[in-house]
Amino acid sequence: MGVLKEKDKNKVKELFKDIDHDVTIVMFTQEIECPHCEMTRTMLEEVSGLSEKLSLEVHDFVADKDLAEKYGVDKIPATVLVGEKDYGIRFFGVPAGYEFTVLIEEIREVGKRDPGLKDKVMSELAKVDQPVHLQVLISPT
Amino acid sequence: MASDQISADMVEGSEFPFLVTRYNVQGVPHTVINEEHSVVGPQKEIDLVKAVLKAIGK
Repeated sequence: MGVLKEKDKNKVKELFKDIDHDVTIVMFTQEIECPHCEMTRTMLEEVSGLSEKLSLEVHDFVADKDLAEKYGVDKIPATVLVGEKDYGIRFFGVPAGYEFTVLIEEIREVGKRDPGLKDKVMSELAKVDQPVHLQVLISPT
Repeated sequence: MASDQISADMVEGSEFPFLVTRYNVQGVPHTVINEEHSVVGPQKEIDLVKAVLKAIGK
């Protein structure tokens, strides 16, 4: 059974129209799926079908342990957005509610290879000269 | 994405309650920077970058 409503699919399809580069959505789940994993996979299957620039790779967190480590995935469900390289963008948990909007926005930014930030923000970001790991904890809305 | 140095996780707190406990999350969004620093509440882009710079001593 699908998780996205038809009208939301149409809206997202419209938003994906300006994507001009390939985006790979890499998802980690497990053989016996947790309910959240199943919902995330179903949602990503639907989302990735909304633009020909998108592709979905589903991996097993246990069987593909090395790959999970490579992507820094230590819990599931995990969703990684990859363009011509890994930009370090991850979603842990079902990207539903407000997070769905963030997911769609991030896919667009990766697909356009443009983070959409102001020059002033970019110049401050250039000062970051060591690895930084951000974790944004949110709740479903 | 705008910095090769930064990775960003969006974490659904209700699915990973151990992280909510570990970082003592009381309000959301709660942004943890390199495990040790945090900012609570929605941040403007520039303010978040400033918080990151502060966390790495810049």
